[in-house]
Amino acid sequence: MNFHPFVIPFSIGFIVLIFILLYKYFSLFYRLDHQDKSKIYKGVFSLKFFKAIKEVFLESLLHRKIFRVNPLLGYMHTSLAFGWFLIIIGGTVESKVHSHMALKMPYDPVFFNFFNTDLSMYRWANEFNFIMDFLLLIVLSGVCLAFVKRFYSKAFGMKKTSVLKPFDKIALYTLWLIFPLRFFAESFSAGLYNNGGFLTGTAGVFFSSFLPLKNLLVPTWWAYSISLGAFFVALPFSRYMHIPTEIFLIFLRNFGVKTDKIFSSFTELEVLSCPRCGICLDKCQLLKSAEISDTQNVYFLQSLRNKQLNENNTFDCLLCGRCQEFCPVGINLNNIRISQRKHFFPENNNFEYLQPIAIATPKASVIYFAGCMTHLTPTIKLAMTGIFEAAGVDYLFLDKDSSICCGRPLMIAGEYTKANELIEKNKKAIIESGAKTLVTSCPICYKMFNEDYDLNIEVLHHTQYLLQLTEKQIIKINKTNKKVVYHDPCELGRGSGIFNEPRELISHLADISKIKEEKEEALCCGGSLGSVNLSFNKRNNIRKDVLSVLQEGNPDLIITACPLCKKTLQNGANTEVKDIAELVMQNIQNQ
Amino acid sequence: MKNFGYSINKDRQIDLDKSDQRIALFVKQHEPSINICISCGTCTATCSAGNYTNLNLRKLILSVKRGDIIETKAEISKCMFCGKCLLACPRGVNTRNVILKINQAIEKFSL
Amino acid sequence: MEYLECLKYSPSKYFRHSKLKALINVNDIIMKQKKVIVIGGGISGMESSTYLTSMGYDVVLIEQKDKLGGKLLKWEKLFPTMSMGKDVVNFLNKGIDLAQVKVELNAKIINAVKEGNIFKINLDDGRVFESDAVLVTTGYDVFDARKKEEYGYGIYDNVITSAELEEKFLSGNDILTNSGKVPKKVGFVHCVGSRDEKVGNVYCSKVCCVTAVKQAIEIKEKIPGVDAYCFYMDLRMFGMHFEALYKQAQEKWAVNFIRGRLSEACENMDGSIMVKVEDTLAGKPLRMNVDLLVLMVGIVPSVGTKTIGKMMGLNFGPNGFFKSLDQHSMTTVSNVPGVFFAGCCVAPRTINNVFVDARAAALMTSSYLEGYDIEKRIQEK
Repeated sequence: MNFHPFVIPFSIGFIVLIFILLYKYFSLFYRLDHQDKSKIYKGVFSLKFFKAIKEVFLESLLHRKIFRVNPLLGYMHTSLAFGWFLIIIGGTVESKVHSHMALKMPYDPVFFNFFNTDLSMYRWANEFNFIMDFLLLIVLSGVCLAFVKRFYSKAFGMKKTSVLKPFDKIALYTLWLIFPLRFFAESFSAGLYNNGGFLTGTAGVFFSSFLPLKNLLVPTWWAYSISLGAFFVALPFSRYMHIPTEIFLIFLRNFGVKTDKIFSSFTELEVLSCPRCGICLDKCQLLKSAEISDTQNVYFLQSLRNKQLNENNTFDCLLCGRCQEFCPVGINLNNIRISQRKHFFPENNNFEYLQPIAIATPKASVIYFAGCMTHLTPTIKLAMTGIFEAAGVDYLFLDKDSSICCGRPLMIAGEYTKANELIEKNKKAIIESGAKTLVTSCPICYKMFNEDYDLNIEVLHHTQYLLQLTEKQIIKINKTNKKVVYHDPCELGRGSGIFNEPRELISHLADISKIKEEKEEALCCGGSLGSVNLSFNKRNNIRKDVLSVLQEGNPDLIITACPLCKKTLQNGANTEVKDIAELVMQNIQNQ
Repeated sequence: MKNFGYSINKDRQIDLDKSDQRIALFVKQHEPSINICISCGTCTATCSAGNYTNLNLRKLILSVKRGDIIETKAEISKCMFCGKCLLACPRGVNTRNVILKINQAIEKFSL
Repeated sequence: MEYLECLKYSPSKYFRHSKLKALINVNDIIMKQKKVIVIGGGISGMESSTYLTSMGYDVVLIEQKDKLGGKLLKWEKLFPTMSMGKDVVNFLNKGIDLAQVKVELNAKIINAVKEGNIFKINLDDGRVFESDAVLVTTGYDVFDARKKEEYGYGIYDNVITSAELEEKFLSGNDILTNSGKVPKKVGFVHCVGSRDEKVGNVYCSKVCCVTAVKQAIEIKEKIPGVDAYCFYMDLRMFGMHFEALYKQAQEKWAVNFIRGRLSEACENMDGSIMVKVEDTLAGKPLRMNVDLLVLMVGIVPSVGTKTIGKMMGLNFGPNGFFKSLDQHSMTTVSNVPGVFFAGCCVAPRTINNVFVDARAAALMTSSYLEGYDIEKRIQEK
């Protein structure tokens, strides 16, 4: 057995890391509820397991999503993660090939070049040397990029990089040191014993020309071992905890476990999986337009981890979902935030007054629910009723005179139990009408009906419904020669994945031009009910920035599909703002 | 309670000197936009819950400012948090946060 | 020739002393006569150019429309006197005629710049006017009520603006609903586009409250038996006799005043309008139907004010009106030496105020052109 005292720091670090990880993951698993546990038991023995492995490979090692954000940033992550992974694999194989002992100490592959100086003993020594040197070179290039990024983040398409805590710093600095030290240690060994590959061999010869390698050799290996050990000990307490946790998370997510509105140990896992990469900072409009710099999810999750949540950074967020869309780990950021809001939302609501109210619901085939906000944009509801009549649809305008809120604004403010009372009331009326289709003009209501109402009928936003009517030629519309842009409402676009239907519908009506930030990247208008405490002025600043994007190409019209977006944008725009339904109604041919 | 055949009427005046300003101070501190309300009543006119019950945000804000805890407590719970008042308010009062803050103050001071 | 020397500094004096005319070669004087361009032929433009011309300046009044008089042309009766708007227009026109002001109608300004101390104003027909001073009187526009979508202007036929009602009064036709019926109930909504941060207008437009009272009285006069309702936030009866008009509306005409701002309006099947408001004094939401809903649209800076201001590099205040050099002492003075303002391009104003302002601006313009010692106060500012 190979041994030298310098392996001790590495070994201690390694053992500490393994124990902490095992403890954390077992306790997380233990605290999951029965349903989630059974999902995991089933998942392990199914195809999902292999899907998860594939995802781990693509995301945790290759970092596909980060490549999407910025290729250079992607390369940095891939070179570090995948490169290191291959070094571990390569080192293990190398040490296995070298001697056929079944059981080896875990440090053996790590310090292989120190213990095995005479390489003529085993096969493919040169090939291994070449591969290991090549991998080391790649990892070193990643370290260089990481180093540059710390001081010059703009090259990586990021305006901001997250602020670090003490343990993060220890982990970061030791991580930076590991591979350069490995390079020096291996080069010194190679220089002394005249072996090594194209990198370490050459460097060895070079160093031996002016350095007393004999004296430097062991200290350098010591330093290498200490840096590894220190990194391992710091890891569970630093942002690098995301590396092992994300793998665990990917498996669980593939087995179907997810964060709903209630905080679970899976949510905790998601919180721990945050790599604090800061991509969410860059996507956040509050940072760019409203000078709010503590509410972004990287900091929100950090304060959640440290149990230092405060009300402002919990409620400021617009829940627009831009950060979630680009989160490389795919954490369900909005739901985590919603789950925390209840801590600040006293359960004081009382909707008993709704009980005696009977909503008369005559039978109809389609139910139209305009939504609260639509009553403040009457052109939308008039357009919709006009279209229903033109199309000869037997419809019921459920909230014509007075409406009960769909419950989503209350739910996303943290009060989901009381929101259920509103849900039940509306649900009863909807079911009693016997309608097969529910159409709503409000994306907030749409998302709620779709996800939380459990209705056994077709739920459509009016963009979808009007496209259906057009494609089935129930309504015929004229195309105008207007040049328009489309503003994606958050709840409809990112929130419900409806990007194409409105665009297709518009293409029947006008010439739609592309804008800078659209679809998944679309900006929030600033009117979102997702934020509870964002001030009027800050909302206006957000709107100003959105409008500059929308109006850049001087369109004739700004089209949106949400009463709240319409009203918000309209109040600040130089260009006319219309809902998609208005445009349909204006250009309808039906008598 | 025993019926003595008469009852003592409470003073109908608002005694602003002795009024309970705890909720008002709390809300003013955490959501200062409560100060810029001009009592125009748009919030109440548009209120979804106002169709079914006598929730009146304009009055609620006044109750808070005048220290009428009983009235405040009785009405606040009916809000559906739908945000129509936020959209309608001509002054840009952050109505939903005002309501949240009132709720928090009630909890905080165990009123 | 010593006369000539003194006239260099004060050409206007020459015209007051006709005796001098005989003594001096008029052409020499004309060379020295200072030029002023007045932009905008509304009340303030007309009155200030009348005075400036009379004072001996070579004035050109530029108006984009085919007629002088501005928004006043569309106004029937004036508050609080109920005298006719056209009488004021006649008074103004008489001034233009007497002073023989040079007027350029149908003139669209495409560029306005200052080169040295000379202003050059380009018109779209290619002509260029030069002057030593410019008086900007570009006025106001009425708020575009379609921006308050929830009130239904442009959507429901029986929702009209106060400006449209005034035109109806002026036409002399009967006041009818869109379907030709005589209205039984008419609602007036105060503060449409004023005191409304959501549409970006923080300020009070000043004239709408009293206009609503005036129009409510006129509606009552013209339609016997009609009920008039004013929905207001505050009644700002600041001017002399405004309060008396308000009292008259209550006492003589029984106009109803409901304190509450409309949240929304809907159209009923019969075309009447249902308004939703809180009766804030009763403390309860209130719904009612009216046959005609009149939106008291506020005053916003006119398109001309915005474009001319940008061309000339004039400062705008937070509300989009021109920013005076000092809000108390120099309301008619701009940030560009030689450019002055008058009227509603600076702030919402009543006709009385506009007259005072126009004459004051003429005086300030003259003071600048004559280079009086007191001008130093302004330059130091």
